[in-house]
Amino acid sequence: MDLSAINPTLLVAALMVASTPIILAAIGEMVVEKAGVLNLGVEGMMIVGAICGFAIAVETGSPFWGFAAAALGGAVLSLLFGVLTQYFLSNQVATGLGLTLFGLGLSALMGQGYVGIRPPEMGKIEVPVLSDLPFFGPVLSNQDAMVYVALLLVMATWVVLRFTRAGLVLRAVGENHDAAHALGYKVVRVRMMAIFFGGACAGLGGAYLSLIRVPQWTEGMTAGAGWIALAIVVFGAWRPFRVLLGAYLFGGVTVLQLNLQAAGANIPVEYLSMSPYLITIAVLVIMSSGKAKAALNAPACLGRQFHASS
Amino acid sequence: MIRLEKRPEPSKLWSWATPPLAVILTMIAGGLMFAALGKDPVAAIRTIFWDPIFGEFAFYYRGQLLVKAGPLILIAIGLSLGFRAGIWNIGAEGQYIIGAICGAAVGLAFYPWESFIVFPLMVIAGAIGGLLWAMIPGLLKVKFNTNEILVSLLLVYVAEFILASMALGALRNPDGSGFPGSRNFRSYPAAFNDEIIAGTGMHWGVAAAFIAVIFAYVLLARHQLGFQIKLAGQAPRAARFGGVNPVRLVLFCLGISGALAGLAGLFEVTGPAGQINIDFNVGYGFTAIIVAFLGRLHPVGILLAGLLLALTYIGGEAAQSALGLPAAAIQAFQGMLLFFLLAVDVLTNFRVRFGAGEAA
Repeated sequence: MDLSAINPTLLVAALMVASTPIILAAIGEMVVEKAGVLNLGVEGMMIVGAICGFAIAVETGSPFWGFAAAALGGAVLSLLFGVLTQYFLSNQVATGLGLTLFGLGLSALMGQGYVGIRPPEMGKIEVPVLSDLPFFGPVLSNQDAMVYVALLLVMATWVVLRFTRAGLVLRAVGENHDAAHALGYKVVRVRMMAIFFGGACAGLGGAYLSLIRVPQWTEGMTAGAGWIALAIVVFGAWRPFRVLLGAYLFGGVTVLQLNLQAAGANIPVEYLSMSPYLITIAVLVIMSSGKAKAALNAPACLGRQFHASS
Repeated sequence: MIRLEKRPEPSKLWSWATPPLAVILTMIAGGLMFAALGKDPVAAIRTIFWDPIFGEFAFYYRGQLLVKAGPLILIAIGLSLGFRAGIWNIGAEGQYIIGAICGAAVGLAFYPWESFIVFPLMVIAGAIGGLLWAMIPGLLKVKFNTNEILVSLLLVYVAEFILASMALGALRNPDGSGFPGSRNFRSYPAAFNDEIIAGTGMHWGVAAAFIAVIFAYVLLARHQLGFQIKLAGQAPRAARFGGVNPVRLVLFCLGISGALAGLAGLFEVTGPAGQINIDFNVGYGFTAIIVAFLGRLHPVGILLAGLLLALTYIGGEAAQSALGLPAAAIQAFQGMLLFFLLAVDVLTNFRVRFGAGEAA
């Protein structure tokens, strides 16, 4: 094994790319959960976003429209979940699972004509000044636009949740929907908007996989990224920057194991490939036990049904 | 203005009527989907739901029905116990894979010993494999309060990599001239899960599924543990005061669902699939979730729902060859079924009132 073949700068630059889909999906899901809704359909929305984005990008030749379509696709699918759980008062766990199963089937159906095509490439953005710095230059600059969009989204989510009235209302709905309702806030409407936002983010994350990270369309290509995003939200204790950290950790493990595979490590490929999932489980365990007790941070009404009459 | 009014108790009538209603709605929506794909919707629905049972080649398809329904029912029975208690094991696919690997490994270790004891040992190993794999989320849940939904699901991907590693490494057929995949159990009679009655598709896994249905029914209707499961799901607080041990309940529900999924995997690998290979698992563990809900988490309901979903599998295959319907269409169709079921479920718990009522 030749470890010197692994270049730390390139590793971190690749980490930024590997963690972006998780950041996008996880930050969307975090907002949904902050509003008190548990949407387990992230995987389904991601994969539908992946194929919507891929198809439109190929048809129009523009990655930008691809991403727009992906966000729309993920959001429309999430509305299905929203209508069922918020208006038809269905079980959120079951509906989320249904969304994932349906999304996987639907995406495979939509993607039939798109296997084996290369999508149009997305340009890189060179950030002036930053790109001249050693180490930080190659890591932070010269990435594609979505890497920056994801970072800005984390920042914006933090600002909105913490400092604005809208963020306060959203958190109130998630912490105590009966009180929020009594104060006159439209619980269901707020939740629908949060679900919509979460769907759009998951769609973007999926499209990032199919348009930039892989870049290709194959059935089931998200390979659990949506579930990892859900785990990252727990790991991040429903705080935007810790969610970001969690996504980087996951991205780091993914990139490292890929590099180890390339360097010819003396471990079978399958065991390296399963390491990101195992590490995600390990951090989940650490976060939910002992002093960390991430669960204490969970929105109090997470996963609970709201019906104005009860 | 349409309002929902909570029923004091879930409607008995609607809890029976919603699954068939959901199936009908899914057929309509599915027909629209097939029409959008440029296929004749009526022909497609008939090919999927009618021809396999009553059509020209029904003699072949009827056997397949039990072959597909067996694992679905077996897994769904286990899942339903947990779902009733609010314990969400959604990683049955992983437990199914590990059960198959463990059982197959025991069988292959005895190769070529022809003894009646080999197959029972494999069955036990399969159940234990699935059980242990399900104990991971179970123990993490009771020890560290880790979310069992996420852990059990993430372990599916781990199990898939283990499967690939086994098919290419430890369990690879030494006489297979380098092809991936284990020895085929068809050529090892002591370990082969043959049909009990030739031509019916009735193998030991299907028999196990029927036995599981009966056991689950007795457990839920007559046994204290079944009562505790129902109580924990419907009134968690009352269950705590009533002396239900939550640790025991979590471990029991995850353990039994894991063991049944492991059994399903073992019966599949030694029978219809024949060998451990990279693409051994075909998603029964996930479809079983739909089966459990469509069957209203009731053993008899699951039996019927398992047969229906099995029908969509074989009908889907028939529609693929006859009409060129894409394989993915059936997967989307099954997902739709779960959606419609959850949507019409509102009728069970709520009354729909039209017209303006008093201010909500």
